[in-house]
Amino acid sequence: MDLALKPEHKAFADEVRAFARDNLSPATREKTFSGKHYSRDDHMVWQQALGKKGWLAYTWPKKYGGPGWDVTQRFLFENVLAEEGAPRILPFGPKMVGPVIYTFGTDEQKERFLPGIRSSEVSWCQGYSEPGAGSDLANLRTRAVREGDHYIVNGQKTWTSFAHWGDWIFCLVRTNPDAKPQESISFLLIDMKTPGVTVRPIIMTDGAHHVNDVFLDNVKVPVENLIGKENEGWTCAKFLLANERLGIAEVPASKRGVSVLRQIARSEPQDGRTLADDPAFTAQIADIDLQVQALEMSELRVLSTMAQGGAPGPEVSTLKVRGSEIQQRIAELTMEAVGEYAQPYQPGMLFQDTNETPIGPDHAPPAAPRYFNMRKTSIYGGSTEIQKNIVSKMVLGL
Amino acid sequence: MDLAFTPEEQKFADDVRAFVRANLPADVRDKVKNGKHLIRDDYMRWQQALGKKGWLVYTWPKKHGGPGFTPAQRYIFENICAEEYAPGIIPFGTKMVGPVIYTFGSEEQKAKYLPAIRESTVWWCQGYSEPGSGSDLASLRTKAEKNGDHYIVNGSKTWNTMGHWADWIFCLVRTDPKSKPQEGISFLLIDMKTPGITVKPIIMADGGHEVNEVFFDNVKVPVENLVGKENEGWTCAKFLLANERLGIAAVPQSKRGVEALKDIARAEREDGKPLIENQSFAEKIADLEIQVTALEFTELRVLSQMAHGGQPGPEVSGLKIRGSEIQQRITELTMEAVGEYAAPYLPGLLWQGTNEEPVGPSYAHLAAPRYFNTRKTTIYGGSNEIQKGIISKMVLGL
Amino acid sequence: MDLSLSDEQKQLKDAAERFVRDKYTFENRRKIAATERGWLPENWAQFAELGWLGMSFSEEDGGYGGGPIETMIVMEEFGKGLVLEPFLPTVVLGGGMIASAGSKAQKEALLAPMIEGKKQFALAWLERQSRYNLADVSLKATKEGAGWSLSGHKGVVYNAPSADHIIVLARTAGSAREPKGLTLFIVDAKAKGISRRDYPTQDALRASELTFDKVSVGADAVLGKVDEAFPVVEGAVDRAIVALCAEATGCMDAINAATLEYIKTRKQFGVPIGKFQVLQHRMVDCFTNAQEARSMTLMASLKIDDKDPTVRAKAASGAKVQIGKSGKFCGQSAVQMHGGMGVTDELSVSHYFKRLTMIDLMFGNQQHHLTRYSNLAMAA
Repeated sequence: MDLALKPEHKAFADEVRAFARDNLSPATREKTFSGKHYSRDDHMVWQQALGKKGWLAYTWPKKYGGPGWDVTQRFLFENVLAEEGAPRILPFGPKMVGPVIYTFGTDEQKERFLPGIRSSEVSWCQGYSEPGAGSDLANLRTRAVREGDHYIVNGQKTWTSFAHWGDWIFCLVRTNPDAKPQESISFLLIDMKTPGVTVRPIIMTDGAHHVNDVFLDNVKVPVENLIGKENEGWTCAKFLLANERLGIAEVPASKRGVSVLRQIARSEPQDGRTLADDPAFTAQIADIDLQVQALEMSELRVLSTMAQGGAPGPEVSTLKVRGSEIQQRIAELTMEAVGEYAQPYQPGMLFQDTNETPIGPDHAPPAAPRYFNMRKTSIYGGSTEIQKNIVSKMVLGL
Repeated sequence: MDLAFTPEEQKFADDVRAFVRANLPADVRDKVKNGKHLIRDDYMRWQQALGKKGWLVYTWPKKHGGPGFTPAQRYIFENICAEEYAPGIIPFGTKMVGPVIYTFGSEEQKAKYLPAIRESTVWWCQGYSEPGSGSDLASLRTKAEKNGDHYIVNGSKTWNTMGHWADWIFCLVRTDPKSKPQEGISFLLIDMKTPGITVKPIIMADGGHEVNEVFFDNVKVPVENLVGKENEGWTCAKFLLANERLGIAAVPQSKRGVEALKDIARAEREDGKPLIENQSFAEKIADLEIQVTALEFTELRVLSQMAHGGQPGPEVSGLKIRGSEIQQRITELTMEAVGEYAAPYLPGLLWQGTNEEPVGPSYAHLAAPRYFNTRKTTIYGGSNEIQKGIISKMVLGL
Repeated sequence: MDLSLSDEQKQLKDAAERFVRDKYTFENRRKIAATERGWLPENWAQFAELGWLGMSFSEEDGGYGGGPIETMIVMEEFGKGLVLEPFLPTVVLGGGMIASAGSKAQKEALLAPMIEGKKQFALAWLERQSRYNLADVSLKATKEGAGWSLSGHKGVVYNAPSADHIIVLARTAGSAREPKGLTLFIVDAKAKGISRRDYPTQDALRASELTFDKVSVGADAVLGKVDEAFPVVEGAVDRAIVALCAEATGCMDAINAATLEYIKTRKQFGVPIGKFQVLQHRMVDCFTNAQEARSMTLMASLKIDDKDPTVRAKAASGAKVQIGKSGKFCGQSAVQMHGGMGVTDELSVSHYFKRLTMIDLMFGNQQHHLTRYSNLAMAA
């Protein structure tokens, strides 16, 4: 056992840092540290730079065009990028549909879709949840009926993040209405430009537009867009979920969040000194800092098991639970640090690159909206309640 | 709306205080003040003094020999008794079986049992829980079979509080094994001296003996000891529970507990100053005090509704939950205040009141045992999980 | 001791309930929030007509002789509807300070028309560096002939865009953060030298940043005594805190009711999600929290007129701690139990959540008031 880095890993970290400093635009970096929303371009320019370097699909094995890193390199890559203020990599292509395609897809499908994901030239989004199928995903009703060499798809997906930016959507659809729910679902790739696809924004409580309803009205999808076998899509869905849960803890971003929170506390005035001089407040930061460290060590233990060839078990669900609670708490403490100046609502400062000057300090405008928005983290990707049920059933045998 | 006491209420408060000062034996007061364990005789001396005054059954209506206090008088009485370090009144006779008897019992039963309860000449205990029936009380199995003018009782009861001091026990027994669980239960009064009854102590985590198992081996109970109708004992049980919920919050005792905690925090030192000057510890006490105030005003709101002829509303159910959590928090903070000196375990001093010299300050040896012991409050009288289940069903309609 | 409402108070509660039911459906509120002003003059006129603007003032001051209980009743109903009219800054804060410290002339000129619905106020106390310290004031008022000249900055001044008069807390003597040496001035909102930056708040109210550049006022603009404003402001803010607690209690009732309804109707795994024990117990915790909030609000409303200033301050801070804690619990739980719907703009639940969150930040959050309560309790 050893926490220290080997020299080659130190060199690797330096290389990642240098790359980030050369390729990440100052404007994007600033948005990260102040907690503002990114534009599509912010994401794309950065991801395409990573793609060019061969680092976007950094979790992929070499044979599918990934860099083939060990777990230490992955850990360093994620942490250095977070420290440097890089936006998180949108997971829909590189972490979700990509691995599904290289695991379950045909060679033709791999050839056709993987390059666009690796280079970030194609944006993906996820068509899972439906109005009646949230936590109970298997209850989904979007129908795909085979007609010759096409499926005709009808139904509605919801909570689709960035569908308004997406070129393609991967969907779970019902292909056999008579079989058991889990045995009649298929995994289908749909071009968003196909006639019959409509995207309707859902506006969040902070005024942001991230998620959408996606309506599918007699959408014609070629059968070669089916991944895996018909009615076996649930296998892809489970694989994808297990794959997703690990990174969803967002430990590197939370570490950055804690350090930004300390900076804010040092700059916020209180009784002629700063908030950082208030032991009640700094004790709360210390508490969340320790929670982040505990989470990080838990994640490292899982990564270490994986490095020895083990597979992450259902206990990674606890990482998602704690990870989301920690992200929420950091946002909450950041808002509390800002105090009364968290009250003005400045959508311009949040969503557009305006010249408007902030009311109060620079870090004030996003503080409350971010707190509101982060409530989603314990809901999406399988709510905390669902994750605990998984642990209760799969780990504890209850 | 008015918080102030009327002149009559003020006069009543003075009377209660004068009475307690004149009639509470000094050694008993001393034990309560120092958190020592009381023996049967300590309780009896105080309760019999109250009985003589007609105040022991202070919640009873006049026609059954109670004083007919108004809600405000009840509040005053309970608070002053606690402030003056009177022991809590043992509820089994006065608050539990007494009201059941005057509500469901025959005239003969009232004449036979109520006077001794009012005067505290008979000690009652409760036979509800069984090894297989805790939260699921209705699954109880202790059997009472009718044989001429007697029931023959077989089975065992557990978590029986102070049964080793009791003259009589009130029991829930199964009289019809074939009907639905709730419909085959009867409410039976049993003389503890009847042949076939054995009491076996259960020693708690703090080393104390306050609860027992009670075994019934062919115990012969006259049919006239049945309260209410055969197989309708569940009605008595539910009535008793509803009656019990209000006082169980133990607000006056918790108010006294917070004051005692402050005294300890003033006596304990840290960095050359009293612990109470430690901002973070003082804030923990403040937070607790606010919780007690919230609970007290919830109780006052209920009492006020009752004074105007209303029935206690949904908020009553929450009183037990918060009351028990607060009692636990007081013992937890007390132990924290004592620090390392909470570790020495001195059973002699704790249980027998020996002359042994305490290790550390005189209150130190009590802190940890009380903390361990008080974990019971969220479990007994229907665990907090069960209470939430009741509210969820009865109040929220879930 | 008696904690029941009188018949008049019951009628007041009914009237406030009716107003919210009729005028503040969620869709109506959305429309009101989108107007330029952010509230409706016709609603304000109705408040005047119903006597709500004067109910908590003494008859001597032209009011109807009520007090904090009346304010509590109305604010609680306002909380249920997320009412946007500036009752708190105008009536509770502005009116409250004029009633407690104003001269006869000021009461006649300002309080009487306020009760008739013809004048609105805003209290400007906060500055960029103040956080929750009411004495951390650096806006300076200097003598200028018989009058004064005010220069400096004030922030997050609720209702400044609509106010006829701004009540400004200024430093006339003493050093930074010294409670002594503060003076209140009643300034015409349109006075020369005041510039305003108006904006909405997270919860759709209106506020402004104000800059005072040599704003001249007469000697009669002083509210109360020169250099002695601190206890006046502190008392008014404590009253405002208690009123806010009542509003928060109403918000909690509404958000809990919405959540309960949602978990009874939303089906997953073939049953309403309210059948799952984990949600049942959380819902019970929400109701217990709201009960505690109601209890502490009542306590504070009953004690806020106590003769002893420590009792008043402890009551306000104790209630604010509870409201912060309970509001956060109910708000966060409501969102969680609503799932994704809870974070959308479409449902009322996120709007209640935002209001509860902002209430915690106003006039000192839970931690601030826990410290204040603790210090007061230890000093006693």
